[in-house]
Amino acid sequence: MKLFNIKALGAAALLASSVAALPAWAETTLTAVMQAPLRSLDPHLSTAQIVRTHGFMVFETLLGMDDQYQPQPQMADYTVSDDMLTYTLTLRDGLMWHDGTPVTAEDCVASLNRWSQQDGSAKTMMKYVDSIEATSDKELVIHMKSPFGPVLELLAKPSPIPAFMMPKRLAETPIGTQIPEVIGSGPFKFVADEYRPGDQAVYVKNEDYIPRDEPASWTAGAKVVNVDKVVWQAMPDMQTSINAIQSGDVDLIEQVTIDLLPLLAMNEEVETGILNPLGAQVTGRFNHRLPPFDDPQVRKAVMYALDQETIMQTAIGNPDYFQLCASIYGCEVPLASDVGAEYLEGTAEERMAKAKEILAASDYDGTPVLMMQPTDLTVLTTQPIVAAERMREAGFTVEVASMDWSTLQSRKNGWQPVSEGGWNFFFTYWGVAGIWNPLVHSLINGSGEDNTWAGWPVNARMEELRAAYLTAGTAEEQKQIAEEIQQIAWDDSFYFNAGEFKSVAAWRTELHDIQSGPITLFWGVSK
Amino acid sequence: MLTYFLRRLLMAIPVMFFVAVFVFLLLRLTPGDPAQAIAGDQASLDQLEQIRETLGLNEPLSVQFLTWIGNMAQGDFGRSLISDRPVLEMIGQRLGPTVALALVAMGLTLIIALPMGVLAAWRHGGMTDRLVMAVSVIGFSVPIFVIGYILIGIFAVNLRWFPVQGYKALADGLWPFVHRIFLPGLALASIYIALISRMTRASMLEVLREDYVRTARAKGLPESLVLFRHALRNAAIPILTVVGTGFAMMISGVVVTETVFNIPGLGRLVVDAVLARDYPLIQAIILLTAGTYVLINLLIDLSYALTDPRIRYQ
Repeated sequence: MKLFNIKALGAAALLASSVAALPAWAETTLTAVMQAPLRSLDPHLSTAQIVRTHGFMVFETLLGMDDQYQPQPQMADYTVSDDMLTYTLTLRDGLMWHDGTPVTAEDCVASLNRWSQQDGSAKTMMKYVDSIEATSDKELVIHMKSPFGPVLELLAKPSPIPAFMMPKRLAETPIGTQIPEVIGSGPFKFVADEYRPGDQAVYVKNEDYIPRDEPASWTAGAKVVNVDKVVWQAMPDMQTSINAIQSGDVDLIEQVTIDLLPLLAMNEEVETGILNPLGAQVTGRFNHRLPPFDDPQVRKAVMYALDQETIMQTAIGNPDYFQLCASIYGCEVPLASDVGAEYLEGTAEERMAKAKEILAASDYDGTPVLMMQPTDLTVLTTQPIVAAERMREAGFTVEVASMDWSTLQSRKNGWQPVSEGGWNFFFTYWGVAGIWNPLVHSLINGSGEDNTWAGWPVNARMEELRAAYLTAGTAEEQKQIAEEIQQIAWDDSFYFNAGEFKSVAAWRTELHDIQSGPITLFWGVSK
Repeated sequence: MLTYFLRRLLMAIPVMFFVAVFVFLLLRLTPGDPAQAIAGDQASLDQLEQIRETLGLNEPLSVQFLTWIGNMAQGDFGRSLISDRPVLEMIGQRLGPTVALALVAMGLTLIIALPMGVLAAWRHGGMTDRLVMAVSVIGFSVPIFVIGYILIGIFAVNLRWFPVQGYKALADGLWPFVHRIFLPGLALASIYIALISRMTRASMLEVLREDYVRTARAKGLPESLVLFRHALRNAAIPILTVVGTGFAMMISGVVVTETVFNIPGLGRLVVDAVLARDYPLIQAIILLTAGTYVLINLLIDLSYALTDPRIRYQ
């Protein structure tokens, strides 16, 4: 006779441990691998996409942007006076900060003040603002000195620094210093205790959040949260992320490397698709202050020598995920147009012949062009190699300097001679939400001022047009000005628009109703 | 022994000081800007300047260095420039997984490599010896990340015996801990298994030729006793040295394993910190690593006395 029935004992122990491990209710956790690790938490301070996405989890904006690129009421409803000089924003009922205190108009005024010290386009807007004041607990008023077209657009914009609202005590943190706490009024609360910078960020559903009644559309409308917890995990190795989603360890990968998509295509439990319809534009930037690219003719030779298709084929490969267009604002935004497309017409060989001709007629004396190449950012590693080859064929002497992204970012900010650590050309990319109109587009600033984004082109007409855009009365007028700006950007070779690529996300089939948007959205989705 | 111990500790102070000076200067000479890492690629030069000013990065280097040394003398290693968190807190969060991974890897190494080395020496020239040497060559030749992916492919993706990634602390339970750390531990151990099995074999081969081993066998002692009590103990000093330095190397070199298995350890933290030019964090981690090396070397030296009674420290 057996003294113990081992199997029965084992089963009983397993059952007991399972019962003990069960929570009173089943918590739904959505685990996501984001495109970059979250290391800093202040959404007013950083232009990084991951910080912006974090911002939209925890904070809200007074207005949201819908999928028709229109500002919509979000925290506040608004009215605009007929003379376009007074904007009245009334906070909706039930808004509470995550620390339990009510959201007040004073908090919002302080937040707008902090945001406008950091965001480039908000700084421009503030030149037109006479005052921003809280007229009651629920109402704030923006008085303009003179009409400024895109006020509502700026309050709703999702990039690069959205106008996030925070409690006054946090909004009074000096700009340059990070906010000491993450307290917003958004649909998720940040769990500070579980935050590991660069590795893990955890958000729980804000039970006190009252969604709007309108249907969700991008950052506007009802932000209905259907999961209890969202965990962002950083995974530096894409193969590990792919393994993790296949085994069910994670539910969502925000950006999958295109090369690895075939691995997921075979798995019926995983879907892939484009969640951010806006994509990102790859841009080749000239240093207009240094020879040889201080000469417009030499820049123009490069514009003809470079080939969008070769660059995007090499970098992305699959044409389903890239798009070629002349629009400097993105291929599918309201301001998109074909103006300047003559620089892209004909075959690559025909354009190369033209590039050689222009370069031969210019004063280019064989000065080596220093092209910076980041080695640790896959999406930008190949462009310099392809571009350098085309430029050499056109007659340039090109030196490709490889470096890590951090070094490149720092080096691009200086305009000293190349022999002293300067540069002539490099590639980067911009989310379309950060370039979709002349106000937010940093690469078409023609002031040439030291404090503008690297490249420093000078073009007086461009500055006139950018100013005119801000005060344009109608959408048609704005569009017309935007087209003229685009023509100048091509003619004066502000930068080379190398095409647009889309990021591909992957998610397990247990996830339903994933929302599309200019950033990855975690409301609406259920598991 | 105590005097020797204290003397060695005192000698570590100038070593650590020179490490501090070296790492501080090296980082400042390296191109890169922490302000850019905070503000992002689209930040204007104005924004960057404002952040640099706030962080004190515009101060002269001498002022920055003295401030850092002064704060460290009071036990304050500073705050991360990027996340604005105390660096000791950040290191504390990441130290556990790395130490656990290194301990498990070293444990697996010793369990596997010592018997392998002893067996190879015992059966010198035979099939067992050749097999052990072949395994050792593979361990040396195949990169850890390849071994990691192979282990994941077989045991996590296909057989589903283990999770593909992640880490659970021992505090979360023994089984979850073992379940998640076994594969990365084995992957990390592979190169050390190769190294230590070869060291053990070579050291044992020398010892097995000694007269006292022949005497032990002549006395009729069982072979296992001869091998593990008499021979292995006398062959231990070079092995201990390799184990000790190997452990220190594991602590500072686990980044690949941590990346492949997504373990939130110190290796990944330091790579992130370097890429973001997070000076206080890099400085603290390097000082900590240097301190670990100094301490482990000291412990190795002290351990010689335990295995060899002829060695005495004064």
